[in-house]
Amino acid sequence: MASGIRDKVAILGMGCSKFGERWADSSEDLAVEAFEEALADANIDVSQIGAAWLGAAIDTINIGPSGIPLAMALRLPDIPVTKVENYCASGSESLRGAVYAVASGAVDIALAFGMEKLKDTGYGGLPARTRGTMYDMVGVTGSAPGFFAQLASAYRAKYGLSKEELKRSIAHVSVKSHDNGVKNPKAHLQKRITEDQVINAPLVADPLGLYDCCGVSDGAACAIVTAPEIARSLGKRDLVTVKALALSVSNGWELQGSGWDGSYFHTTRVAAKAAYKEAGITDPRKELSLLEVHDCFSVTELVTMEDLGVSEDGGAVKDVLDGVFDADGDIPCQIDGGLKCFGHPIGASGLRMLYENYLQILGRAEDRQRQDEPVYALSHNLGGMPYQNASAIVIVGRGDA
Amino acid sequence: MVGIRAFGGYVPRMRLQRASAYAATGWHAPGLKSFAKGERSFCSWDEDAITMSVEAARDCLADRDRSAISRVVLASTSHTFADRQNSTVVKEALNLADSVAALDVSGSKRCATSALIDAFHAVEGNAGDTLCVASERNAQKPGSEGEFASGHAAACLLVSKDNCCAKLLGSHSVSIDFVDHFRKESETFDYNWEARWVREEGYGKIVVSTIKDALQKANIDANQIDHFILGAPLRRVSESVAKRAGVSADAVVDNLNLVLGDAGAAQPFVLLSHLLERAKPSQKIMLVGFGGGCDVIVLETTDAISNARPANGVSGYLNNRDPIDNYVKYLSISGLLELERGMRAEFDQKPVLTAQYRERKTVLGLVGGKCTQTGAVQFPKTPVSVTRSERAVYTQEDYPLAERPAKILTFTADHLTFSPMPPAYYGNIEFEGGGRMLVEFCDVGEESLEVGMPLRMVFRVKAIDDRRGYSQYFWKAAPDRSKLNKSQTS
Repeated sequence: MASGIRDKVAILGMGCSKFGERWADSSEDLAVEAFEEALADANIDVSQIGAAWLGAAIDTINIGPSGIPLAMALRLPDIPVTKVENYCASGSESLRGAVYAVASGAVDIALAFGMEKLKDTGYGGLPARTRGTMYDMVGVTGSAPGFFAQLASAYRAKYGLSKEELKRSIAHVSVKSHDNGVKNPKAHLQKRITEDQVINAPLVADPLGLYDCCGVSDGAACAIVTAPEIARSLGKRDLVTVKALALSVSNGWELQGSGWDGSYFHTTRVAAKAAYKEAGITDPRKELSLLEVHDCFSVTELVTMEDLGVSEDGGAVKDVLDGVFDADGDIPCQIDGGLKCFGHPIGASGLRMLYENYLQILGRAEDRQRQDEPVYALSHNLGGMPYQNASAIVIVGRGDA
Repeated sequence: MVGIRAFGGYVPRMRLQRASAYAATGWHAPGLKSFAKGERSFCSWDEDAITMSVEAARDCLADRDRSAISRVVLASTSHTFADRQNSTVVKEALNLADSVAALDVSGSKRCATSALIDAFHAVEGNAGDTLCVASERNAQKPGSEGEFASGHAAACLLVSKDNCCAKLLGSHSVSIDFVDHFRKESETFDYNWEARWVREEGYGKIVVSTIKDALQKANIDANQIDHFILGAPLRRVSESVAKRAGVSADAVVDNLNLVLGDAGAAQPFVLLSHLLERAKPSQKIMLVGFGGGCDVIVLETTDAISNARPANGVSGYLNNRDPIDNYVKYLSISGLLELERGMRAEFDQKPVLTAQYRERKTVLGLVGGKCTQTGAVQFPKTPVSVTRSERAVYTQEDYPLAERPAKILTFTADHLTFSPMPPAYYGNIEFEGGGRMLVEFCDVGEESLEVGMPLRMVFRVKAIDDRRGYSQYFWKAAPDRSKLNKSQTS
């Protein structure tokens, strides 16, 4: 009987590059920036790392195949480096590799890395690319905003909301994240916006306008993980440990089966249930201190509140407008600014979310620091489209929690 | 008795307002003013001779059993492919058996009437029921008379020995190299000679004499003709030919110039199909095709005409219209003017021919799977059923979805992704009786999309590979306007 990951692995150190349009910097520059910070935080030598996982999603541009680009950029000491890809959840995927390696006892210290250099495409948004031979013949090429915008049509139909009601609620999601991003020097966008700006912005994919969409940026983030006893032997006192690692991948039921209404993420509901069980959380709304969710689009964040069980079904609109997820609300969501302000260098995003939760639990989040001492923090990293995706949930917490 | 058992047609939804074409081009050619009345049909970016043929054939077949069809013949002077059997693509889209024969015909604007005469002979010789389709997406130079005169459309006639609604009385053909216009293989546009000469020497002499010979052959007097169909693109030609041939002026069938235009090789079929919708039993119809000679066909309706109805008919499609008064939009959609497409349009649309062949029933026929164990319907058919209740492996049998009504589950209008006609509409849909897919929406009009909106599947171009010159086909979902009004009022 599996006993789960809870408290078997601790985070020894983390690093995160500045996210943004890093025109002047190569993917190697971004990688080194994140890695040097993590090495210093962990207070170890690179030779102590036993294995590494690299999450990167897009091959049409970017770093190219295999784990080699990471090994070369960081001059890792000829250790195993595995490249993983699970759409936009690739960063969480690299963490799973590193955490499980440590938990199995295969290595003492492992590196989880995520990076993406997206601003070399020549245009905004994610690159248009193949999704496989069969998909290209019978699917829809489309765009990310177009796929996620459909959540809004189904959510409105399900709960009888007018276009305006929903738009106002998702506008608040973006306004809140921008308020938080202002306080984050590593965020791509550090500027407040108003609800009117969001509502009146040009449409990208109906009903999502420009400010309902996260940006696209360059960035890298990483975590060095080890066993709690090794962390203590290395002199760490306050530990942040992994409480749960969950991943649910669509098997085609949403797209091809019957029963899904298009208004929610089936996989996130499955992953959340598994994660709460593994972490020993029974009332997420009360027990979780912080949420970092995959807010690629404002409407994604809205419905994810329900999928994670922190809002009742149909209740997210009210919770959002009541400020439950604001920085000073009951459960702040995207206290670092989220994908909305960081942009979304695919492979890096899952680890960027974890980075904020790690800083917050250790009380190192400076101006953004949550005053009630955080105990459990959840990150939710989604890859794919609403109708077929990989949904990853990571819960970390104080080692003594 | 050989004749026409069923008929149908298709007219693309968009109609260029000729006044707006004149407003844009009249400075250049003031003489076009006299053509600046009414509207003409034109294909959306994702329609061509093949896709219109499929729609016309579906209109003709309606809910009829397709298993009796033995042959598909496709006539056009604007075939999409010079070498890839266009009619075979139509056969695949109609999900007909592989043993059905397919033939493309072309070469002149009378190729459809020639194909029809040939089909009569073949069916008489026990070739089996023949689906005779004519389709035309003729390209015309901007600012030309042809641009004002022509239209895009298709029509389909099911030729059979049984239950004919119009029986063949006789036919006559002549072949004469009268070059009123021409277009070499690699050229896009026709080169036209003086209309006055074409009217006098071509229609006035060749057509009139062929009609007289045909009447004699069929032993019919000209004044017995109830309906006279000559889809000439020139004005008042039908009337003058009828007069010279002794056919009553009342018999001349309107050439639909003001609402459609001249659909080239398809025009005789379009006009015949339109006429048969309202024809009465025991009426004699003369159908003429002109080009490199002349074909004359004489038909007589039977009692079966009263019950022979297409799904929508040419008239149904004529009523389903989207008037376009933006000339630049027309040019852009028609591929005659390239507006900036952005880098997303650079996405390589290279076809994967091995996979397309392997999956041709799925891709071209929209055939899904129905699980014999659970009864669940899904698209596409897969080795393991998507059903969650039990694990079923290799239990699915073919389940065609093209004719199943569907409704919208989710939708968007995407302004970011590349589309030749932005925004790109797409979303998830559910078929009546089960089965779902993510699909592009087409023919979206003023009525905004809504969850639950009734849909009808249509065969369209999915992607055009400009680099290699290939069109990939797949199915899209169009608002089903026949149900739309009902569902909105209910």
